[in-house]
Order: sequence, then C-alpha cells, then structure tokens
Amino acid sequence: MRTYHQLTDPDRSGLADQIGAQRRRVAERLAGVRRMVAVMSGKGGVGKSYVTAHLARALARAGGSVGVLDADLNGPTIPGLLQTSEKVELPATGLDGVRCVSMGQMLGDGAPLAFKGPTAESFVWRGAMEASALREFLGDVEWGALDVLLIDLPPGMQRYLELCDILGSPTAVLTVTIPTPESRDAVRRAMRAAVDHGSDLLGIVENMVGREYTGTAADDLSAEFGAPVLARIPWHPTPDAWNQLVTRIPDARRTTDDAR
Amino acid sequence: MKFLCVECDQQMAFSERQLPGDGTLAATFKCPKCGRVVAMLTNPMETQLVSSLGVEIGGRTVPVEPLEMVRANVVTGGPAWTSDAQERLARVPSFVRGMVKKIYADYARERGITEITPAIMDTARAELGLEGM
Repeated sequence: MRTYHQLTDPDRSGLADQIGAQRRRVAERLAGVRRMVAVMSGKGGVGKSYVTAHLARALARAGGSVGVLDADLNGPTIPGLLQTSEKVELPATGLDGVRCVSMGQMLGDGAPLAFKGPTAESFVWRGAMEASALREFLGDVEWGALDVLLIDLPPGMQRYLELCDILGSPTAVLTVTIPTPESRDAVRRAMRAAVDHGSDLLGIVENMVGREYTGTAADDLSAEFGAPVLARIPWHPTPDAWNQLVTRIPDARRTTDDAR
Repeated sequence: MKFLCVECDQQMAFSERQLPGDGTLAATFKCPKCGRVVAMLTNPMETQLVSSLGVEIGGRTVPVEPLEMVRANVVTGGPAWTSDAQERLARVPSFVRGMVKKIYADYARERGITEITPAIMDTARAELGLEGM
C-alpha cells in the first residue's frame, strides 16, 4: 500500500495551498512595514505592554510611523495604554499617532477571550485559534506604511513561536525584565529560545528599577547573551527616559531618520 | 489527510462537503477508478480544529474576508453564527451584507436566539419579508 507522500495527485481541498495563501497575504500586508520588533519576556508582570506603549509613543514623537500589535490576546492592555477611542476601528489611532490593533478592541468590557465551538477538550483547538487571530491581525489589518511595528507579546514563548511561524522568519526581539533574580531566570529561558530560533537580540530594558525590586537581572542577562542594557526605567519615568531608549535601540534612529 | 482506495491503489478525490449545522462535518471522497465513495465524518472538536487553522476542506467556496476567523469565532456578546450560516451570509452581495447581517442578528437578539443557523435565517426571512436576502 502506498504511503502519504506517494499520493501526489492534486487535492481539491488544497490545504497546503490555503496555508501558503495565508502566508502570502501576511507578507504582502507587511511589505510596507520597514521593521518589526517583538517585545518579549519570559516573565509576566514586568511591564512589557507599558514599555511597548511608551517606546511606540517615543518613536512616533521622533518622527516615525509606528504601529503596535497587541499580541496578548487574553490580557490586552495596549488600547488603554495608548488611549484609543473607538473599538471598531482597525487599526485604531492612539496617543502620539501610534496605530494599534488589539483583541481588546473586539471584546466587550471585562469580557474574557472566548471562542465559539465545542467546550470539551477545547485545549486541542484553542491554541490554533489564537494563532489564527494573530495571523489575521498581521495580515488583514491595513497597517499602511510603518517604520516600526512593535509586537507586544504575552509572557512565555508560545506567541513568539507562533509569530515566527506565521512570518516565516524570526523577528528582532527587545527583552523586558525587572531587576530580580526570579525575573532573570524566567527571561533567560525566553532569550535562549529567541536565540535558538535565530532572532536578533536588540537589547534589554530593565523596568521598575529603584524600589522593592532588587537584583542585577539586566546585567546578568547582558553578560550571558551579549545584548546591551538599553535602559533602566524607574518607577515613575519621565518622557526623557523613553526618548533616550529610542536613541539606544540599534537601528531605531536610522529607521526614524530615514522616514524624514 | 488523503484517502487511498486500497483495492485500486488510487488516491481518492474529494467529492462533496456537508455541514449539518451541529458542529460536525461530512466530506466524501471518490475513487476515480472504481467509483467507490467513502465519507469522512468529523466530530465537533475535529471540525473546530480544522476551522481554527483558517482552512476549508474541499477548498474555499468564497473569497477570504478580512478578519473572518476573528469576527466569526470570537465571542463578543452578539449571537453566534454557525459555519453554514456564515457561508450563506457570505453569498449576500458585499454592499448589503453588513445590513443583512445586522437584520438577522437583531432578529435573533430580540427573540433570545443565541445561534443563527440557516433554518433561523429562513424563518427570519419569511417573518420579516426579506425574500432574496
């Protein structure tokens, strides 16, 4: 009996072609995006979304066209941080002209992300559904020409891996940590995964510096991975802290300068 | 997933897809040599898994709509649309599709209907005098 790969007749379902068309759709849509940066951390609660939103605003103030894709589908916070007004507009426009798309724009106030479908064994398909939502946010939203598209990832590595699969190549990564050794240990795993997948590590932002959280996470990670510490953000940062971060991100200045 | 007619050693060709509306799916495959037909029946979880990939067994019958998976599957508070009801809605001309969808959604909401099926669309069409939508 012949095996799967020996059956080569054209298949009317064309599932592989449908997947290929999805990828082409994403690539075509993002052709006008000059640079994508995933903001990630293996640790929750370190302020990834906060850093993402303020970095996006600083990049926009420096003259760039900036978008933010809120890839934290289950805990979207970007619309609030960027103070977008309307839920239905995709992409919405927030503070300093930053464009953003978030699952938060699709959900009612306080509503958790839920999908229609059989509830039993939903873990089987829910991950695929979330990856498809991410793909549609990337490929179906009219982002227009952007200098930078920041992807605000949820904690852990799952969404980063989905992102790499959808894009077909690893994105550059900006890592966020807090000073504690616990954060360092969690973020280390995420950075290792990013390196293993071929992502460029742009650098490390140490957030919530100067109060209860003590430690040397950023320096430790910098020494281990050879990625620069780009900023140490205090508890109550001024706009200058974000403006300085823009000047320290490799190629960020080039990107915005080129846009002028 | 492919099907082989073992007797003929021939790859079977996709023939037809049916969506009964209960979350299951039936797809038939026919041997091009002997004409034998087999049906693949999937349970709701299996159907959902395929659907969640954004692909359709048997090939797409309507063009891709922006954010169609998100809009069709994310629970936002309005009535749910079964996949066959969505397919039927997709055949409505795009310039009136939004209005037609709202009419059906309002009809369902006013009657406490949580899921719009083709049967619900037929009933609404008859009651509201929407022949042709």
